[in-house]
Amino acid sequence: MDKLKAKLKEWLEAGEITLAIGYKQGTREARPFFCRTAEDVEQMVFSNDFQPNLAVYLSKKEVVKDEKVAIVCTISALRSIAYLARENQIGQSQYKIIHLSPNDELMIFRSPWDIDAYIEEIPSTPSEEDRRVIEMLDAMTPSERWAWWAAQFSKCIKCYACRAACPMCYCTRCIVDNNRPQWIDPWASPLSNMEWQINRVMHLAGRCVGCGACGAACPEGIPVHLLNRKILDNIEENFGMPAGIAPREGAVLNTYKPEDKENFIK
Amino acid sequence: MDTLYIKKSDIAVWWAAIKGACDHVVAPVRKDRVVEFARVENYEEIATDYVQTTRSAKEVLFPRTERLFSYQKNGRDIEVKDFDPQSVPVQVLWQVRPCDAASVFPLDAVFNWDYKDVMYNTRRERTTIVAVSCSTADEYCFCTSVGGGAGDTRGSDILLTYTTDGAIVEVVTERGEKLVALSQNLFTAYTAGDKDSYLASVPQVFDVEKLKEKMHGMFDSTVWKEQSERCLGCGACAYVCPTCSCFDIQENPKGSCGERLRCWDSCGFAQFTLHTSGHNPRSTQASRWRQRLMHKFSYIPQRQDSLGCTGCGRCSRACPVDMNIKEHLSSIDKIQ
Repeated sequence: MDKLKAKLKEWLEAGEITLAIGYKQGTREARPFFCRTAEDVEQMVFSNDFQPNLAVYLSKKEVVKDEKVAIVCTISALRSIAYLARENQIGQSQYKIIHLSPNDELMIFRSPWDIDAYIEEIPSTPSEEDRRVIEMLDAMTPSERWAWWAAQFSKCIKCYACRAACPMCYCTRCIVDNNRPQWIDPWASPLSNMEWQINRVMHLAGRCVGCGACGAACPEGIPVHLLNRKILDNIEENFGMPAGIAPREGAVLNTYKPEDKENFIK
Repeated sequence: MDTLYIKKSDIAVWWAAIKGACDHVVAPVRKDRVVEFARVENYEEIATDYVQTTRSAKEVLFPRTERLFSYQKNGRDIEVKDFDPQSVPVQVLWQVRPCDAASVFPLDAVFNWDYKDVMYNTRRERTTIVAVSCSTADEYCFCTSVGGGAGDTRGSDILLTYTTDGAIVEVVTERGEKLVALSQNLFTAYTAGDKDSYLASVPQVFDVEKLKEKMHGMFDSTVWKEQSERCLGCGACAYVCPTCSCFDIQENPKGSCGERLRCWDSCGFAQFTLHTSGHNPRSTQASRWRQRLMHKFSYIPQRQDSLGCTGCGRCSRACPVDMNIKEHLSSIDKIQ
């Protein structure tokens, strides 16, 4: 941590960056923290388990515009940046990407492309609790599973915290905000809550890095991230792409190769 | 206001009498990881091991989604079915915190500002509020800084304060008297005067009168940008808030029939103030965060003789990036 702080101070003092996005201790857990001075940096804390995923701020123009940014990344945030770069969302911006590995090694990535090899060494795995719930859901019949999720989504208040916390949910106009046509009913109701989540998850299929920020953000404690996790599992089974792996050739469901066995697209 | 006493073992008996006398009792129940207000059939279902429900009790008066009217077209004739006040159940809202009970003042004010909202007012008339003093609080609570308190009776029809072997019963309104009358023999006079010893301590962190005065002149302050930098722009804070009352009107047409709905909306969303032209007068999260705090602490007090915040702390607990409103208000209070 001291090495990370020293590096950020050095960059700030040399004017190489104007803003460092990291974490500081919040009310109970860590919270995002925007540092502009060496004194600010002293308050920084870090763990690879922290939420939310700070990569979410890179697509917020009002936060990063006109700033020279260093972003303190968890492993999940590194994965998100690798995907955002592939989707041309990082642009020409030269972010300084800084990370502390689980064995406390300071790592600085000069470009998003340098992240690939590192994140591929570290599998993206769900927590034991999440794995237990997924196994419980897998063991259910489809109607039982539907009933379980319907009960969960009856609590949904459509606050869209799941969307807001997701680095890959960067659309300037989300499908739920579109009203001509109105694809999904904007009011909270059992059916429209489910429609929204199905859309959210399908739009993230093959792009989600499994960070769990969506589930962590939900004020109602709905484990929405398990829907994404299940799709990551399905993708690994069907396409041999393990969760969280770098999208070297683009996101798995967004690319086509001539040797793909499905020929419907030819 | 009568102050009575009921023995612990008699509370469930009284509760059953209340349950029998109304259509529904709505009370906090545990659902997975959260505690929420729901219709309760048995006294044992009511949750006790929590500081605060995730969502407020405002849903009982102002639901997430409600139908304003429905229609059916038959050729050139259109039959419109208006809201039917008789459809509103007689309810008892059981075991709300004093900070939820206090939220009826800003809600009453906004739904009776000029137009008298029939749906809200009918629900309000048919709902009796039984609040329970707080014996525990957490670091997000700040009711005492906004004119409330752990044992505050404002907004309640009855306030219960649990003691070691029963509850002190403060009967605040006529509606409250009617509930007590259901089991009058269970109550005795209370004279001990030791209510305060059962209340949680919630330290006051700012002087709200000074804060209101200060915020009045802070529209152009840089503090909004600084505080909102981490805000992700979701609607969690507004939707869990007991006093946030902004809503959207939506059409749900289905061929020859349909309905018009009122549903919650939030000033935190970028689309909230987006004009058809594409212009957005609140184009940044900083301006939206400013609106949230100014509305609660400057605009509502100026117009409605009430505060837009009861200090329940729900927004802070619900926020995915820990936008702690108590901390933000304290830091505004400290600005010279």
